[in-house]
Amino acid sequence: MNHNPRLPYLLVAPSVAFLVLLFLWPLAETVLMAFVTPQGAGTTEYLRKMAGDLNFALALRNTLILVAIIVPLQVCIALGLAMMLQKVERGRMTHLYIWTIPLGISDLAAGIVWLAILTDRGYLNSVLNLLGVLDGPTAWLSIRTPIALFLCVIVAEIWRATAIVLVILVAGVQLIPKEYNEAAEVFGAGAWQRFFKITLPLLKPSLQSALILRTVLAFEVFAVVYALAGRDLPVLVGEAYNWQAQYQNTHVASAYALFILLVSIGSTLFYLRALRVRRETLS
Amino acid sequence: MSAAAAPTPVAAKNNTGRFVGVMAAIVSVCWLIPVLIIAVSAFSPRDVVSAWPKALIPTEFSLSTMTFFFNVTGVWKATLNSLAVAAMTMVFALALGAPAGYALARFDFKGQNLYRVMIIMTRAFPLAILALPLVTRFIAIGLYDTLLGVALVHTALALPFAILVSSSLFMGIPRELEEAGWTLGCSRLGAFLRIVMPLALPGLAAAMIFSFVISWNEVFAASVLTLNNRTLTAFLFASLEESPLHFRFAGGFFLVVPSLIFIFVVRKYLFAMWGIANR
Repeated sequence: MNHNPRLPYLLVAPSVAFLVLLFLWPLAETVLMAFVTPQGAGTTEYLRKMAGDLNFALALRNTLILVAIIVPLQVCIALGLAMMLQKVERGRMTHLYIWTIPLGISDLAAGIVWLAILTDRGYLNSVLNLLGVLDGPTAWLSIRTPIALFLCVIVAEIWRATAIVLVILVAGVQLIPKEYNEAAEVFGAGAWQRFFKITLPLLKPSLQSALILRTVLAFEVFAVVYALAGRDLPVLVGEAYNWQAQYQNTHVASAYALFILLVSIGSTLFYLRALRVRRETLS
Repeated sequence: MSAAAAPTPVAAKNNTGRFVGVMAAIVSVCWLIPVLIIAVSAFSPRDVVSAWPKALIPTEFSLSTMTFFFNVTGVWKATLNSLAVAAMTMVFALALGAPAGYALARFDFKGQNLYRVMIIMTRAFPLAILALPLVTRFIAIGLYDTLLGVALVHTALALPFAILVSSSLFMGIPRELEEAGWTLGCSRLGAFLRIVMPLALPGLAAAMIFSFVISWNEVFAASVLTLNNRTLTAFLFASLEESPLHFRFAGGFFLVVPSLIFIFVVRKYLFAMWGIANR
């Protein structure tokens, strides 16, 4: 049927060339930048500079805390919402549209949106004042209230980025044949039993891709934090940005980039192993 | 007896249905409140931003904050830059991605699996961060601080998505239609343009819109790769610290608007696209 055996290669070639130039090459370049001086000598100076930086440990800690709280919460919320959607009778499309709006909102814009709510004279404090909890403007977005600051970033991130998990899970739920659930119901399985014994195991491939995608993106958290907390809450990508834009040191910035890359790849491999998907469960 | 027992489960089902409906409505309202608040903040006069305590129901409507925003030097230019970069990204991603998607959908060729793995692998990498090592190279070849340079990096973000989506779109169009075209005297290209394209067009348009949104929203690469030719996100991000609150709110609102429209336009394709693209 193939008229010309070279045709598929011709069709694929431009995208391969592009990805080599703008994905594989920068990848290799990141490693080179992080380990090689402009004179061409190998060095661990940049790595040591990164690790020795006061903000590094802090940024790493903050990023890990955020990822460890945000990602599991988002998966639970998205699962809950996806299950709710199954049961909603009216306005299903409207709910879906509203829940997926943040999918198109940039992290910077989401940070600013939540700044309007959480700033000291913002709407949250106005409501708290109305309820008689607060007397005057109170700052939550400062390093002096670290727990409140973390909570603010977490709420903003959950609002912004749960949609991507939701979309992947809803698409996965739609692929599960209805007969499985009906059969289980006939045999007397309750709603919870059906969820844990049928829906959840069959959702594993979707859960896996959602977790990989979301975790990689969560390690990139940056503009939301910056819009809400400024420099009070250093995160890894923010430090990479500072080394590049403020201190003009691409080498240390690349060391950060390399570090973030390795952490991302590590988490991906972890999910691939922990949620191993057997071939036959794929539809 | 069975007739008497029957209504109970139905009633229970109705009750859970109603309960879930209420819950869904509550979530929707919570999800919309932030969007409403940023809109109110952007259309309130300047002094409302610093007012305490705020009136929960806005009483004053004013365009002054938005006009102030657009009169700040650089905002218009940055907006046009963002539009240009996003348009370029959209075109590049489709021009490179659609042919590759067609090849994946219609041919069995050696290296197909390797190619697929490379595309899916990109998802395990924080791609925007790869803009960092590009800075030096872009300076060397004159792409630094150009719209084309930013668009190229944004295309790298959007391309894997465009390839997977278009391949699933083409797979959904029966091969037989195309083959019928060939037997009736169409060339391969002719059959593609006259039969496959019209069927794939709405889905491809949705994929293009997504590429547009990916580019319009991207902050990191755009900030690192530009200095004078800022995109809107990069411009807002760079001026975050010194700009007054009402300027930030107006900018935030302006950034949100396209996404509201875009998600509404492509909402039908959202699940088909992401569902298949992520398998």
